[in-house]
Amino acid sequence: MTILSVRDMKTDIGQYAVLHGVTFDVPEGGVFVLLGRNGAGKTTTLRSIMGLWQPSPGSVHFQGQDISGRPTADIARLGIAYVPENMGIFGGLTVAENLILATAKGKFDQTRLRRIYDLFPALEQFWNKQAWSLSGGQKQMLAVARAIIEPRALILIDEPTKGLAPSIVAAMGEAFREIAQSTTILLVEQNFNFARSLGRDMAVIDDGRVVHCGTMADFAADTELQGQLLGLSV
Amino acid sequence: MDKLSDTLGRFGGVNLLPLALAAVAFVLIGAPSSWVTLTIAGLSMGMMVFLMASGLSLVFGLMDVLNFGHSAFISFGAFVAASVLAALGGWLDGGPMLAAAALALALIAAIAFGLAAGLFFETVIIRPVYRDHLRQILITMGALIVSEQIILAVWGGTPITVPRPPFLEGAWIIGDVSIEIYRLFAFGLGAAVFVGLMVLLNRTRIGLLIRAGVENREMVEALGFKIDRLFIGVFMLGSALAALGGAMWAGYETLITPALGGEMMIVVFIVVIIGGLGSIEGTLLGAIIVGLTANYVGYLAPKLALASNMILMMTILMWRPSGLRPAVK
Repeated sequence: MTILSVRDMKTDIGQYAVLHGVTFDVPEGGVFVLLGRNGAGKTTTLRSIMGLWQPSPGSVHFQGQDISGRPTADIARLGIAYVPENMGIFGGLTVAENLILATAKGKFDQTRLRRIYDLFPALEQFWNKQAWSLSGGQKQMLAVARAIIEPRALILIDEPTKGLAPSIVAAMGEAFREIAQSTTILLVEQNFNFARSLGRDMAVIDDGRVVHCGTMADFAADTELQGQLLGLSV
Repeated sequence: MDKLSDTLGRFGGVNLLPLALAAVAFVLIGAPSSWVTLTIAGLSMGMMVFLMASGLSLVFGLMDVLNFGHSAFISFGAFVAASVLAALGGWLDGGPMLAAAALALALIAAIAFGLAAGLFFETVIIRPVYRDHLRQILITMGALIVSEQIILAVWGGTPITVPRPPFLEGAWIIGDVSIEIYRLFAFGLGAAVFVGLMVLLNRTRIGLLIRAGVENREMVEALGFKIDRLFIGVFMLGSALAALGGAMWAGYETLITPALGGEMMIVVFIVVIIGGLGSIEGTLLGAIIVGLTANYVGYLAPKLALASNMILMMTILMWRPSGLRPAVK
């Protein structure tokens, strides 16, 4: 079953056309990976789905509902969480305040909170610290934790491993595997090995268009295609 | 400069600046009674400027809006309060209870006018020019001119006397020190508003949203909150505080003209800039420093009084380009 369907999405930023007609379907459950070179339009695709940039024309359907042109807040309330490339944490707020802000009613579900502590023990340790004082990896953990503090059907995550130490990347991978058992993740990632270890389905964007869709297993096995679409030589 | 910042940080940081300023002034002034009088005058002036500036700082920080029309709320607050006090002139002489009621009604009227004017200003004038600083400056300057003309048309150009309740007249004499009662009242009201704002910002969900919105509006929306509603609320709060500050300033000056808001606006901008955009603590700190500086320099070197706050702003900005306590961005 498809949870997110993007059809012919075109997005202009100022006078520049960035997306020229992006089309792909995200099946429910697991991790769907969006790959592509720098500047291909991956981040713009996520931001357009969230309504942070308004695509036109084209359509975005989430759980069968047309969400094109709707305000970002409404899209978020339908059950889509967003973890931006810069993590988007509120540095002047404590870890606890960052998380409580992401709850629907201003109260923690203790079961979900315990799950977050299990996934990211550092957050419990630094619970009352201001977020700006956390390390890069801890900030990324907080950003992901904020996305799962409430039940969400879909989480959009933009380059979560960028600039992180290998040990943190491995921990993040474990966390994503666990999260993907109950939630669909649409992951934008440049680290192909990381993406390959998590992804079930995938698409490649190049120059604002989807140029390939398929399973990650097939793509990982086709080194020639990887070289052609991503410039990889693995 | 870094060493100075580290040393200051160990002993309380920039919060110690008013104390340092007061200590230097104590040495230069020499006479303790004059120093106490000037310090209390500076603190009460700082608190009134804080009332006027706090809203502008939040609007700047949260909405990224350059509102040059903010001074219109200060002027309207002053004139509305003066009109209510004049209309209730009989109450002022009818005993402390009636006089207090007249004062409370005057302040409430100023706040109510500020809320309504803020709602109108945000929805009609500001909203079409979000994210466009040049148009914001032009349109808010235009709105300021129109507002001043409305004040001229309604209240005329002649200075208006603002009656004070008798219980706020006079001064307490303690030894050689004279403490004006109105200044103590202004200080107390400003401190109460500061505490209220801190409780709102740090102990409520709305406050959490405002603090988060000052840092990253987009992410607040991505968490499912409609930032537009928050903008209206903050703008109305800022306008109401400015009107309250204007009303208090009117009682302080006791003679007001339509130029009152414009004259105060320079000081208000200085406070917001040296305090750090979007920070209530920074605004309070900036307002107290500005209030103390204006009074001390006015006593020690009257010819430098006008320039003193500009010199203060330049000095602080050279040391801390983002202000003393900016909100985290």
